Amino acid sequence: MFWDPKIEKLSREKLEKLQLERLKKTLQYVFSRSPFYKKRFTEKKFRPSMVKSLDGLARVPFTYIDDLRKNYPYGLLAVDKSETVRLHTSSGTTGKPKAIFFTRDDIGRGADLIARCLVMTGVTKKDVLQNMMSYGLFTGGLVMHYGAEKVGALVIPAGIGNTDRQLMLMQDFGTTSIHITPSYALYIADVFEKKGLDPRKELKLKRAYMGAEPHSEETRRKIESAFGIDVYNSYGLSEMNGPGVAFECQYKDGMHLWEDHFIMEIIDPVTGRQLPPGQEGELVLTTLCRVGMPILRYRTKDITRIITAPCRCGRTHRRIARITGRSDDMFIIKGVNIFPQQIERVLMGIKGVARNYLIQLESYDELIVKVEIQKRSFDGSVDHMAGLKAEIEGKLRAELLVRPKIELHEPGSLPVSEGKAKRVIDNRKL
Amino acid sequence: MKVKQISLFLENKKGRLLEVLNTLGKEKINIRALSIADTSDFGILRLIVPDPDKAKAVLGKNNFTVKETDVIAVGVPDSPGGLALIIGALDKSGINVEYIYAFAEKKEKEAIVVIRTENIDEGIKVLKAAGIRILPAKEVYSL
Repeated sequence: MFWDPKIEKLSREKLEKLQLERLKKTLQYVFSRSPFYKKRFTEKKFRPSMVKSLDGLARVPFTYIDDLRKNYPYGLLAVDKSETVRLHTSSGTTGKPKAIFFTRDDIGRGADLIARCLVMTGVTKKDVLQNMMSYGLFTGGLVMHYGAEKVGALVIPAGIGNTDRQLMLMQDFGTTSIHITPSYALYIADVFEKKGLDPRKELKLKRAYMGAEPHSEETRRKIESAFGIDVYNSYGLSEMNGPGVAFECQYKDGMHLWEDHFIMEIIDPVTGRQLPPGQEGELVLTTLCRVGMPILRYRTKDITRIITAPCRCGRTHRRIARITGRSDDMFIIKGVNIFPQQIERVLMGIKGVARNYLIQLESYDELIVKVEIQKRSFDGSVDHMAGLKAEIEGKLRAELLVRPKIELHEPGSLPVSEGKAKRVIDNRKL
Repeated sequence: MKVKQISLFLENKKGRLLEVLNTLGKEKINIRALSIADTSDFGILRLIVPDPDKAKAVLGKNNFTVKETDVIAVGVPDSPGGLALIIGALDKSGINVEYIYAFAEKKEKEAIVVIRTENIDEGIKVLKAAGIRILPAKEVYSL
C-alpha cells in the first residue's frame, strides 16, 4: 500500500532532479535566513552558487551535533520565532540539549512522512495504534502521533511506562499496532511470561514499530515470535524531525529513506570523505523541505550503509541498512573497535540467554559482559551452566576478536529501564 | 527410592545466599542437608528439605531460579572404608558420580550421604545389588 504513490515511486532521474532543485533552494534560503549558516558559509568561503549538481554537496560544510549545542537555542533558526509552533529537544546527557523548532508546515510534512511509513506496512483507518513512546520534548511521541492521526488510525497516546495500564489499554481497545522501544518491548514480553500469559492469544496485535534504540535482527525476531507479530524498524532523529526519516516496508529488508525530504551521504567518520555506495560509514543528512530550521550535512554519528539494489516494493527511495552502531558508542578494548550491537547480536542468538544484559568496561583491556540466564534453561547442573558461559565467551570472542569476561546472572537481576536501556557502563578513568 | 533435591542458581552477589536462607526460614522450611558447587562467578546450591515441593514453590515465587532433581540417599556404615564400598560398587559398574555430599546428622550406626549419578535408575539398581541400604524418600524427609 502507498500513501503517496506518485512521489514514493518517482523515477530516480526525477527524484534526483527534485533533490538538486530543493538543495539549491535550501542553500540560498539558509544563507540569507540563518545566522549560523551565514557565518559558517562565510568562514568556510562557501557560496550557495558553488553547488551546481548533487555532487557539489560535498563542498557544503558539515553541521555537527556540537554546532546545535553551541548555538542553542535560536542560532540555527531560519524564520522569526513567531512562525514556529513547536519545540522539541534532544537528550542532552552532557551540557545543553539540542533545540529543534518546527513551523506549522514542518509539522505537517513530518506527519506526512510518518503516514507513508505506516501505510506501507499495512496500517489503515481501522487500526488502533498505541504509541508507547515518551510524549513531551522527545519527538518519538508527538511526531508519530500526528502521522498516525493523519492516516486516520485510532491513536492511544499511552506514553511510556505504567506497564499494567499499557496491557489493559491493549486488551480493552484491541490495539493492533504499537510504537515502542525494543527494550520496552522485551520488558513487556517478560511481564507476560511472568504472569503466565501468552501475548499471542491475549492481544490483537499485528505489528510493532521499533525505534529510538539500536537493536539487532535477533532482537527483532525474538520480539516477533514472543508477540506473534511483524516488527518494522524505524529510523529517525530529533534533528531531522524524529521518527519517519527512514522506515521499513513490508519486506523488512532495510529502511527506505525519504529522499525527496532528505539527501543522504555515507562518509568516512575520520576523513569526512564520501564513501562509495554500499560501503559502511557515518550517515550524513541534509534536510530539503524544512523551513523553520533546515540543517545541512548533519553528522548523525550513526553507522550504516546504503542498500543500492532496488526494492521489490517498487519504491525508488533507497534503503539504509540497520544501524550497526554510533560512531561515539563505539569503545575500544585492546585496540579493537567494538560496537555494543555486535555483543547484542551474539547474545540474542544463544539459547539459554535471557533478554537482559549489561556491558561493563573496567580498564582498557577488560570487557565484562553480564548476562541473565533463562529461568527454564536451568537444569541444576554445573556443567551445563559452565558450558553456557563457555559458549557465550567463545562466540563473543569470535565476533569481537577480544576475549570478554562473562558473568552469569539470575533472571531479572540486571537493571531494566522502561525507556532507553543503558547497556554500557564505562568505569574506566581517563 | 529417589529423593527430590532442590537446586538453586546463585549469581555471585553479596548476601544472595543469605536471601535464600531467610526465605526458607520465614516459611519454616528446615534444611536437612546442603552443598554448594561454586565456580568463579556463580554457584549452585543443593538442598534436601522435608517438603521439596513446597520449598520449590516458595523459592520460585521469590524469583529464585530453582530446579528439582532426583538424587539417591544411602546409609553408609560408620566405619573406615564405608564410603569407599559404595563408590566402589558404582565404579565397578561404570556409573559416574556427578556429586556427593553428606547429611550433617547421622543415624546410630550409619552416616547418610546424598549421591547424584549420571543415570539415577542404574545407580539405584547397582547399589541395591551390592547390598547397600538406600533410604526411602519418606525416611529422608523426616530425618
